[in-house]
Amino acid sequence: MPDIAIEVKNLGKLYRIGQFAGYKTIRETLMGVASAPFRHIRSIGDQPSADSHQSNTIWALKDVSFEVKRGEAMGIIGRNGSGKSTLLKILSRITAPTEGRVEIHGRVGSLLEVGTGFHPELTGRENIYLNAAVLGMKRAEVERKFDEIIAFAEIEKFLDTPVKRYSSGMYVRLAFAVAAHLETEILVVDEVLAVGDAAFQKKCLGKMSNVAVEGRTVLFVSHNFGAIQRLCSRAIWLEKGAVNGLGDSTAICERYLHSSVGFGSGVYKFEDGAGHVIQFLRAELLNSKEEPASTFRADEPIRFRIRYHISRELSGASIALNITDALGSSLWGMSDIDVFPDLYERRLVGTWVYECIAPGNVLRPGTYMVALGAGSGSQYFHHPTPFPFEVSTAGYWRQSHRYFGVGGGPIAVPMKAKMPVPIGEVST
Amino acid sequence: MNMHGQERKGARQTLRLIDMDKVEQAGTTAAPVTVIRPPKGWLPVNLRELWAYRELLYFFTWRDIKVRYKQTLFGFAWAVMQPLFTMIIFSLFFGALAKIPSEGIPYPLFSYAAVLPWTLFSEGLTRSSNSLVAEANLLQKVYFPRLLMPLAGVLSPVVDFAVAFVVLIGLMLYFGYYPSVMMFWILPFLLLELLLAVGIGMWLSAINVEYRDVRYAIPFLIQLGLFASPVVYPVTFVPERFQALYGLLNPMAGIIEGFRWAIVGTEPPSELLIASVAIILVILISGAFYFRRRERAFADVV
Repeated sequence: MPDIAIEVKNLGKLYRIGQFAGYKTIRETLMGVASAPFRHIRSIGDQPSADSHQSNTIWALKDVSFEVKRGEAMGIIGRNGSGKSTLLKILSRITAPTEGRVEIHGRVGSLLEVGTGFHPELTGRENIYLNAAVLGMKRAEVERKFDEIIAFAEIEKFLDTPVKRYSSGMYVRLAFAVAAHLETEILVVDEVLAVGDAAFQKKCLGKMSNVAVEGRTVLFVSHNFGAIQRLCSRAIWLEKGAVNGLGDSTAICERYLHSSVGFGSGVYKFEDGAGHVIQFLRAELLNSKEEPASTFRADEPIRFRIRYHISRELSGASIALNITDALGSSLWGMSDIDVFPDLYERRLVGTWVYECIAPGNVLRPGTYMVALGAGSGSQYFHHPTPFPFEVSTAGYWRQSHRYFGVGGGPIAVPMKAKMPVPIGEVST
Repeated sequence: MNMHGQERKGARQTLRLIDMDKVEQAGTTAAPVTVIRPPKGWLPVNLRELWAYRELLYFFTWRDIKVRYKQTLFGFAWAVMQPLFTMIIFSLFFGALAKIPSEGIPYPLFSYAAVLPWTLFSEGLTRSSNSLVAEANLLQKVYFPRLLMPLAGVLSPVVDFAVAFVVLIGLMLYFGYYPSVMMFWILPFLLLELLLAVGIGMWLSAINVEYRDVRYAIPFLIQLGLFASPVVYPVTFVPERFQALYGLLNPMAGIIEGFRWAIVGTEPPSELLIASVAIILVILISGAFYFRRRERAFADVV
């Protein structure tokens, strides 16, 4: 038995983009159709710059090589569009690579989404069978684990209710419960932990660490750096489709956070939101002079200016902004409907700008992340990659620097304090 | 750090429970090796893999059947009403008013025997052609042989067919035709019809992924096909010397004639059927290769 579970060699994936952009005659379209199947093959080994389609193609992955040992948990980090999803899709055989080779020893289970194949009209029980079959479980296997799945999901009472009547929490719990019982030798997991309430997330993380302890091989994409560091021994940092770092997960996460990729200019554009009902377009972090920034004085308010697009009229939706620590644990957040409850009732189609201001003198100097999310009922819309910012020690209210360390926690709001007043006599 | 330790401990306790089944599993399944490489050339259908995924095919078909009449008042009665009312309208207009000959068979029975396979075909064709596009999300999130989708699309209307078949028996008894062993001849024609629907379904579903024109073309094609097939008229309307050509151009002609022959004992189809079988095989095989060729890009294009 070989010791390597996944071997990836010089993997590359070329996407054709902007197919409908610009003009194209019918003849060109027809020619394109006729030669499309061949073009992919011929472009292997060719320099893409050598062909005229240069501007229409993009290497989502290029020359990616790595190995994952049997029983190892490997994390994958990187910005939006860095090729993480493409890599997982190739490993899951959803899409084919353009070049390179992957060798996988063992059955692969891929969880790129929770609840894949769920049908709203079917009952919880029916969806368990359907979803399990879609994930590659045999019926006998599902029957054996059925009780365990419903116990994990805590939905015993609603087993025979159509899932469209479920609350979003129940839906996600059921979906995750099925996924968590997938027992393939290799698991490919994409961000499925970013769902559900805090308690359930914790349960899921627990389940995930089971998987790692059981000696199964895991490939795990997440923006939750805490989870990556806890679950994975090693991590890969992808940048523009190439491996930018590979090694100890803690070291890689730290390097990522401190790189220029980590702290940007304070302006973030999201290009991965197409197709979502609520789609984030852009976020800006502004300092007190209303300039984009990613480093702030400790006493300075931080203004978040978020641009989003709504493609159909909605009710019951909310847009949340969450400040997390560098490891992804939530610290401080707010949903727009918390202060504007009318937005919950109705949202109109269009592009909107939303601003909220986090007052200064709240966060201790350090590195933080901003996570944006939009959702409605059981649906999660766009969740862009969280982006980091830094609170510097400049303007920090603490006069003594002795508590800069761990003491006091992340929230550093000065308390009203009175100078100690002596009771009785003071000896000198 | 403390929290971390606790979670690990909890993890180990659950682990022991799970480990028990894992041992069983590890004993029975050897680790398969999968090699992923850029695909090249024309590939045949991987029948062994399809067989390995038969359970999923069953679940897709089962889901389609389950979901179809959910939240409807009449439920499976719809499976009967559609062909039944079609037959009634045909009998009124083409039978009673236009007096189209029906080879000596009562017109309602004559047309119902053809409406039945035609409904199955059009339903299967529509569902399989739209199957990939309708399940775009599934295509992008999980791997399975893509062929399962058009296959399930063709298989799920068979249940409707079976329900509507009961009405046929009733109609036969009413007009004094007693079902005989001849009826079993329906089975090979049914198989042939499903193969044809899968063949066209593979072509159209794969094209539909890239060009949504298919979705609009299908209802139109089905309407044309209905009148191009011997549903409201007997196949003898087509001159003898064009029969083979007719079967070649419209493979449903041979199948419908076969159904009629098995049900009410009209003339057995001859060269018409041979031509139909030949073209069905061509469509099926070419469809399979085309589908496999386009399959790799489904998740990227859909």
